[in-house]
Amino acid sequence: MKARATLRDVLVLAALALWALPFFWQALTSLKPDTALSAVERLLAAPPTLDHYRAVIGKSVMPAALANSLGVAALTTLLALLLGAPGAYALARLPVPGKRVLLLVVVACTAFPQVTIVGPLFVLMRALELRDTWLALVLADTSFALPLVLWLVAGFVREVPVAVEEAAQIDGAGRLSALGRVVLPLIAPGLASAGLLVFLMSWNELLFAYTFTATEASRTVPVALALFPGVYEVPWGDIAAASMLASLPPIVIVAGMQRWLVRGLTAGALRD
Amino acid sequence: MTARERADARVGRVMLAPALVALGALAAWPGLWVLWLSLQRRIPVFGIEHFVGPSHYAFLATDPRFWNAMEVTLIFTFVSVALEFLLGLTVALALQRQRRGRRLAVALLLLPWALPSVVTGRTFEWLYHPSAGLLNFLLGGAAINWLGEPGLALPALIIADVWRTMPFVALLCYARVLTIPPEIYEAARVDGAGAIATVRDVTLPLLQRVLLIALLFRSLDALRAFDLMFVLTGGGPANTTETLTVYAYRSLFQTLQLGFGSAIGVVVFVLVMAVAWGYLRVMARAEEATA
Repeated sequence: MKARATLRDVLVLAALALWALPFFWQALTSLKPDTALSAVERLLAAPPTLDHYRAVIGKSVMPAALANSLGVAALTTLLALLLGAPGAYALARLPVPGKRVLLLVVVACTAFPQVTIVGPLFVLMRALELRDTWLALVLADTSFALPLVLWLVAGFVREVPVAVEEAAQIDGAGRLSALGRVVLPLIAPGLASAGLLVFLMSWNELLFAYTFTATEASRTVPVALALFPGVYEVPWGDIAAASMLASLPPIVIVAGMQRWLVRGLTAGALRD
Repeated sequence: MTARERADARVGRVMLAPALVALGALAAWPGLWVLWLSLQRRIPVFGIEHFVGPSHYAFLATDPRFWNAMEVTLIFTFVSVALEFLLGLTVALALQRQRRGRRLAVALLLLPWALPSVVTGRTFEWLYHPSAGLLNFLLGGAAINWLGEPGLALPALIIADVWRTMPFVALLCYARVLTIPPEIYEAARVDGAGAIATVRDVTLPLLQRVLLIALLFRSLDALRAFDLMFVLTGGGPANTTETLTVYAYRSLFQTLQLGFGSAIGVVVFVLVMAVAWGYLRVMARAEEATA
């Protein structure tokens, strides 16, 4: 019985690993020399090499793109949390007029198609002379990051018992100081979850980034990877290596911060 | 209203104001302005800019390319979401009885979901390579041009999309499954329910709400899909993978028709909102039925 259960566990894991195979294949490709990439048998037989990583890091726009993506995603996360967390608290706890309508608007904003607003945003960025800057991407990404933060964090605030907050206020702390000393530490994991999701979304974003960037000054990883240049033929090995570099932050988050990521992912859906 | 409540309302407005200003400027205002743009003929490179009323919409009504894009969008959405639903549910139910390696299982699931969609696109482009790709090799040395054949490109895109988003459905269902108290299954067992009956009569009804929500999120995302088409096919071959979003984007930034592209963008918005509204109706009715 026990052996059967163990076998079952192993089979499920094997099936999931098989599902992830496309990624592992890309990882393997990134380590094989160009001469071996013309056929699968040769790819499998070839000895590993770091040539593609050397080429991508030394001779492509990827290092600049990685820096741009890191900057844009970090600043988007920071801005969305700074603007969103206080607003979420107000939506969850304070008597704001028109709250129901506001919540509905926030939810509707999370469903906003990017392609619908990319035209007006393009006109706006051009008028403000923000094209090809980090700021353009940070602002554009905030259009989907902020509603998500408002929605998720408002839910996390509601999980804090009102009594806890009131107890702090009875002890002589004002609402704001109770907020900082009692509520903030309690919703900190929620803020981390929302922040991780926003960071990933901004890191992965293509449509805005492709539209608003033009050069190495702001081009992000997805754009650089989508436009990865080849002189005579497609450099599959270099592209695979660039894919691995583009995947590093998501992998770190999935491997090291899984609990928070899943919490953010499921928070909206499991709450009644 | 007490002085306390008035003070709270004031604090609330101050805390909410920055977020609302930002949302207004970055989402609501572009959302309204796009309506205005869609009523104009605007081709910036030629300095053309004048009001044309609803003529772009009238054109779309008889534009075969638009209706093709609508069809591609709906097929892509329906098939992708249906497959994600079936596979995601299966994975969640398989994981329900997982005793060891749960963390690893969740990590393996999260990986495809968390990767940039451009990485997914580039990865599948390589898998689908006609002569050196893994897929044709596994098919015994076939020479199928997955992304170049009009009948195959859309299925190939759907497979890539299902690969990266099935885990989302699986994880949401799995998280819900974990909260089902074991006593319920104990009771079902005592009543003599078999494995299939237990899933059908116990697990699935409890998953109904999370499934609907997962489907809502996934449907809205699929209707807006852009990245995979952009990387893998660019809408081709012969427009067989051109979704509404891709058509809108090409009009906006390749043929530089700001007004016309905006009109398609508005249609995408209306479609997304209509589908969201439909799901919310179904959810409300389902909740009434269980209440």
